[in-house]
Amino acid sequence: MNVATKSENFAADADDDLPLYEARRKIYPIAVRGTFRRIKWTLLLVTLGIYYLLPFVRWDRGPNAPSQAVLVDLVNGRFYFFFIEIWPQEIYYVTGLLILAALVLFLMNAVAGRIWCGYLCPQTVWTDLFQVIERLVEGDPRQRREKLKNASRVQRAFEAAAKHFLWLMVAWWTGGAWVLYFADAPTLTMQLLKGEGPMVAYLWIGILTFTTYVLAGHLREQVCTYMCPWPRIQAALTDEYAFNVTYRYDRGEPRGSLKKTEALKLEGLPAGDCIDCRQCVAACPTGVDIRLGSQLACIQCGLCIDACDTVMEKIGRPTRLIAYDTEMNVQRRIKGLPPVTKVFRARTVLYAALIAVVGGIMVAALAMRGSEGLSAIHDRNPLFVQLSDGSIRNAYTLRIVNKQPMPRRFALSVEGVPEAQLEVVGGLSEVENGRPVVEVGPDQTYELRALVSTHAKLPLGASLPVTFKITDVAGGETSIAPDHFKGP
Amino acid sequence: MADTHKHEVDAVTGISTTGHEWDGIRELNNPLPRWWLWVFYLTILWSVLYWIAYPAWPLVTSYTYGVLGWKSREAIQTDLADLRAQRAAFGDKLAAASLEEIEQTPELLAFARAQGRAAFGDNCAPCHGAGGAGAKGYPNLNDDDWLWGGSLEQIQQTILHGARSADAEAHVGDMPAFGRDGMLQRPEIVAAADYVRSLSNLAVPAGVTPDLAKGKEVFEANCAACHGADGKGNPELGAPNLTDGIWLFGSDRDSVIASITNGRAGLMPAWSGRLDPTTIKALTVYVHSLGGGK
Ligand code: SF4
Ligand code: SF4
Repeated sequence: MNVATKSENFAADADDDLPLYEARRKIYPIAVRGTFRRIKWTLLLVTLGIYYLLPFVRWDRGPNAPSQAVLVDLVNGRFYFFFIEIWPQEIYYVTGLLILAALVLFLMNAVAGRIWCGYLCPQTVWTDLFQVIERLVEGDPRQRREKLKNASRVQRAFEAAAKHFLWLMVAWWTGGAWVLYFADAPTLTMQLLKGEGPMVAYLWIGILTFTTYVLAGHLREQVCTYMCPWPRIQAALTDEYAFNVTYRYDRGEPRGSLKKTEALKLEGLPAGDCIDCRQCVAACPTGVDIRLGSQLACIQCGLCIDACDTVMEKIGRPTRLIAYDTEMNVQRRIKGLPPVTKVFRARTVLYAALIAVVGGIMVAALAMRGSEGLSAIHDRNPLFVQLSDGSIRNAYTLRIVNKQPMPRRFALSVEGVPEAQLEVVGGLSEVENGRPVVEVGPDQTYELRALVSTHAKLPLGASLPVTFKITDVAGGETSIAPDHFKGP
Repeated sequence: MADTHKHEVDAVTGISTTGHEWDGIRELNNPLPRWWLWVFYLTILWSVLYWIAYPAWPLVTSYTYGVLGWKSREAIQTDLADLRAQRAAFGDKLAAASLEEIEQTPELLAFARAQGRAAFGDNCAPCHGAGGAGAKGYPNLNDDDWLWGGSLEQIQQTILHGARSADAEAHVGDMPAFGRDGMLQRPEIVAAADYVRSLSNLAVPAGVTPDLAKGKEVFEANCAACHGADGKGNPELGAPNLTDGIWLFGSDRDSVIASITNGRAGLMPAWSGRLDPTTIKALTVYVHSLGGGK
């Protein structure tokens, strides 16, 4: 707000027509019907449906694990996603997902520009939803203008209040759905309904209510034009073959009113198909006039295509005066050349290949992910201990990870030290093949102290590489951890 | 200064300049943004309210207390009470369980070792070292050589009452200063030292011809009472085993001669009055689990 006021002041102070900032025009797009609008409705329903309902989807993981399909369990440090369970040290899976997401975004961009922005970005989806509410309550832009002139102040205030109330409800529900990803959804819903939810849940609901209300209700296209880095990045990633929402000026120009162009056409004079009705501008959620060429603020939503197609159908001219097309093809058609489309280009193939590689690595990593793990840390002080019989002993802290939802027993062994004797502090009394046995609870880690000693004569200053190994007594799975054995 | 500058009005923006000029670059005298100014005023208001609400200004002998009555000392006491309450779940179990039970129950063992490690760092590390590695005169607690015994009960006893401390139940047992107090003559001391070193097969320094027969004679007459006829020591008296590879005060010939001449009496303080029984239990388990426990 302040920026806007400031810029107006600037413009006024400057006393010339060189404002430093463009003041915001509030945009009230008209409703349209058509192919792209239908696609957008479908995606809106699907994405919002997933967002609001996913926390309630159940997934059976056995008695010792939560049964929520998607759950971020911050307290116990676990992330559950259907059959995947990620521990904090495996956050690289999330890194992999982010890399995949970026590459998919690059690919989408190489094929058809900012379609992510136009169809799938939460900012667009929620803004779309909020605009529907706005039109429902206050009417379309034309009714709005009329109300501004004719309707009573009370009616307008009432409608505005209703609109903001509905917006806040949606925003609040959005925040409410968010927190359900962090706790058992049905339980938390009941707690929230009874007003007994944890403080942090209310806090986050508050934060998300606020951000949703502000971003989707008030900032809207400004987020896409000024705040988001993606338009800048995508401008650097696109090329002349990428489909963009394009006004086919080869067909549209010279524009003129329906009557005028029809008259010109009858006389055989040049006349374009655009009747300058400005429906495309009125439909645009970012206030772009696409007839000026592709531009930064355009989010590729295709609503101007639907708007123009409706007009073209009404006046009996061919549709797709505005369409997903390339500037290059417009130029080629002007020169009388056939249009070219090249979906398989170096960059699309490269992105697709990278997606396949990263995806393949992730799938392989997940498939080969062991359900147990071992790590070892050598005692830092003392590095070694001399025992009364002259033998040397090293002590280690071992941590055993059991990623399965049931308790397991592991036999511990060590290799690399001649005549090694292995003892553990915190193991079971049982021994398996001379190896000490340790029990680790379901889906837990267990820390124990391992003491390795040897009578063997070691060279002075020896540091032998050693390998600890755990073997599941029942299943036989193994895991190893390397370390060193130090001598005097 | 100000007079030498012209506060001219900038042609493009219509805003006057501050009059400063650097290499032809002038600065517009824009007002501060209003939101910034308000935040600034709010911070001033905040600090005034803070002075009223919380302890703030130092006075000559005291300070302004603030109307909320908040005190840092009370805050820390609440925190400590909270901490104790948090620990109580495990702490109570620790207090109730025997030392053996603690070692056999994994959760209790982990808890006791963690608490023991912290207590060890605070209280024991100055002498015994951070990892209990000890130093000359301060026993290494990782090895299997124990002056006063290495079982759980013996370790707990030593921590509770100390050795040669003022505690009534402290371990007692002194190594006499055979040389300084004139009980033995220098040649007898040297012979005894050589004999004792031979018990654990320590290398004889070059140029020395030990008189082992005489040494044995001296040892049996003077040392065997505490260290035993075979030199294996006696944990009742804190008399170390002289036949193993561990020498608290050094195994070289001079150090052994010095030990016999001047005697040795390391002091371990009693902790029973200073640490609560649960902490001492945790310490006992921790020390026992370092590796040398018997
Ligand atoms: S110009 Fe068309 S495609 Fe671009 S944002 Fe506006 S309506 Fe959507
Ligand atoms: S909607 Fe179509 S006909 Fe109307 S102004 Fe836009 S491009 Fe021209």
